[in-house]
Amino acid sequence: MPLLEINNLQIDFGRGLNALRAVDGVSLALEPGKTLCVVGESGSGKSVTALSIARLLATPPAVYAGGEILLENRDVLRMPAAELRQIRGGLVSYVFQEAGASLNPVFRIGNQIREALQLHRPEAATNAEIIRLLKLVGIPAPESRMRCYPHELSGGMQQRVMIAMALAPQPKLLVADEPTTALDVTIQAQIIELLVRLRQQLGMAILLITHNLGIVGDIADEVAVMYAGQIVETAPARALLLRPLHPYTRALINSVPRLDSTAGRLATIAGAVPRLGAFPSGCRFHPRCPIARPECSQSPPALVEVEPGRRVRCPFWNQPAANPSTLDPLIPGPTT
Amino acid sequence: MITRLLKRFIASAVTLLGTAFLTFFLLNAVPGDVARVIAGAKATPEVIKDIHAKYHLDDPLWQRFGFYLGQLAHGNLGHSYVTDQSVAEAILTRLPTTAALSSLAVVMWVALAVPFGVLTARFRDSWFDRSVLIAATLTLSLPAFWLARMLQYWLGYQLGWFPIGFFRSFFDLLLPAAALAILFVGYYARLIHTNMVEVLDSPYVRAARARGASETAVLFQHALRNAMIPVVTILGMDVAGLLGGVLFIENVFALPGIGTLAVQSVFNLDPPVIMGTVLFSAALVVGANWVVDLLYGLIDPRIKTGI
Repeated sequence: MPLLEINNLQIDFGRGLNALRAVDGVSLALEPGKTLCVVGESGSGKSVTALSIARLLATPPAVYAGGEILLENRDVLRMPAAELRQIRGGLVSYVFQEAGASLNPVFRIGNQIREALQLHRPEAATNAEIIRLLKLVGIPAPESRMRCYPHELSGGMQQRVMIAMALAPQPKLLVADEPTTALDVTIQAQIIELLVRLRQQLGMAILLITHNLGIVGDIADEVAVMYAGQIVETAPARALLLRPLHPYTRALINSVPRLDSTAGRLATIAGAVPRLGAFPSGCRFHPRCPIARPECSQSPPALVEVEPGRRVRCPFWNQPAANPSTLDPLIPGPTT
Repeated sequence: MITRLLKRFIASAVTLLGTAFLTFFLLNAVPGDVARVIAGAKATPEVIKDIHAKYHLDDPLWQRFGFYLGQLAHGNLGHSYVTDQSVAEAILTRLPTTAALSSLAVVMWVALAVPFGVLTARFRDSWFDRSVLIAATLTLSLPAFWLARMLQYWLGYQLGWFPIGFFRSFFDLLLPAAALAILFVGYYARLIHTNMVEVLDSPYVRAARARGASETAVLFQHALRNAMIPVVTILGMDVAGLLGGVLFIENVFALPGIGTLAVQSVFNLDPPVIMGTVLFSAALVVGANWVVDLLYGLIDPRIKTGI
């Protein structure tokens, strides 16, 4: 039984004629202990999807227009408030993008972790447990750090505190919404390493939201690629990186800078992500797609299983690309 | 630290000196002979002349201002020309009334403004929020003397629930304090509302919800303390302003506070008392600035106390 199952989720912003659909028919599943990466550019709906798992979107403006989100077979979208509070933190914990802004500036970090413990494991709300958690996420001198205010810590340390706080209630699912975006590159790598280590140690599942494909290979079991509110491709991580099928995924992988690249300019995807409410007709990617045909603007393609475990929203996925370099895989093969 | 303290001290001194200068020279620009006020309309020219000599009224302004400052430097605010009471004594005997009235009013309006501010932010754009907004705008626009008179007339005279004036016991302060609180509560409810709306949208409030914190804890623990940081500054200034004399309310309810003293001194054209009350309230505002900065450091750990 999957830990998390999202079926045909639809989320609007605004109501009636002003409603803009930010998430359009997203379905995802995550087994206990596994890691799923949701990849996409800003505005693809990936963060909105992630926040909806614990019903954290502010309503209004957001409206849960359809579908279901099952956490251990309980529908989050139809859950009473008291049960929802148990789920939040207890079953699914969050790590957000800007750790600095996600920690309350007027409370000591130790007390913020204590709050998470009191809410879900009141018997463990002790200094010893807070120190253990801070040690677990690799914070040196936790005895004195727990008395620090958030602004007294560096960005990397703040993110570690956020992770400690998320782990405190021993959740089964950790949702990390771009946890490394605000950090510099060396710290990014440390945080990802930390998440990998914690997953092995604690056996929780991770849903990682990122626009950085470089992270995917380090941590993910499965990958879902989102574009303009829809999933365009899902696949096991290694398969996706080695052989991306959807033209958007190919372009995305192609635009990751490579150390061995000799090209003078970085590859980019032409055009910009369409604005919410101004999605193109037919396939939403067709104006930017290198292999687009006239019929692509006519009818919207469906997400189809093309190989076991691989689904693609493009009927022409096996057609050759105009530019062969877009097939360049991210993981290099054996060197010859 | 020492230099910062010194700078701050000099700035405060300059503010007070400026206030003294402006008040002194403006007072002397007012038409009317102080000596005639003191001696009465029927005084003979000789008496007037004697008074001029006694109070150095014919000396050049600069010299008189210098003399006043010299007095001030010795902590002496002078004596009333009318009652001959020491100005410092007049202020100090009236301070408790004003302080009791102000603090009672502050407690009343903060106790009301906090829940209204928080709940209107939580249920923003609801009918509840809109009605509070309308009520707040109304109370904000009420003239103090009119409101005080209305409360006095209806609740004091017609219904007889409250005494209509004077200060004999704490109970006498309830109605005037309520009048004062009504004048401030709407403004503070909106102020807290605005700050709460901003704070409720912040990532740390979302993070608190994601942790499973109850709505009450989110609103009153996580959000309110952050929303109160800017409110404290304004509250400090307003309290200082009130302690310097609650002009209208004290006068309508005939409370022997600093506000009535100030108004009387103007009617009497009694320069030492006018100067004294003005300088006293200026000093309170300067002092409130110091206190607010200290409080800032207590509420917001990001700010190193900037005494």
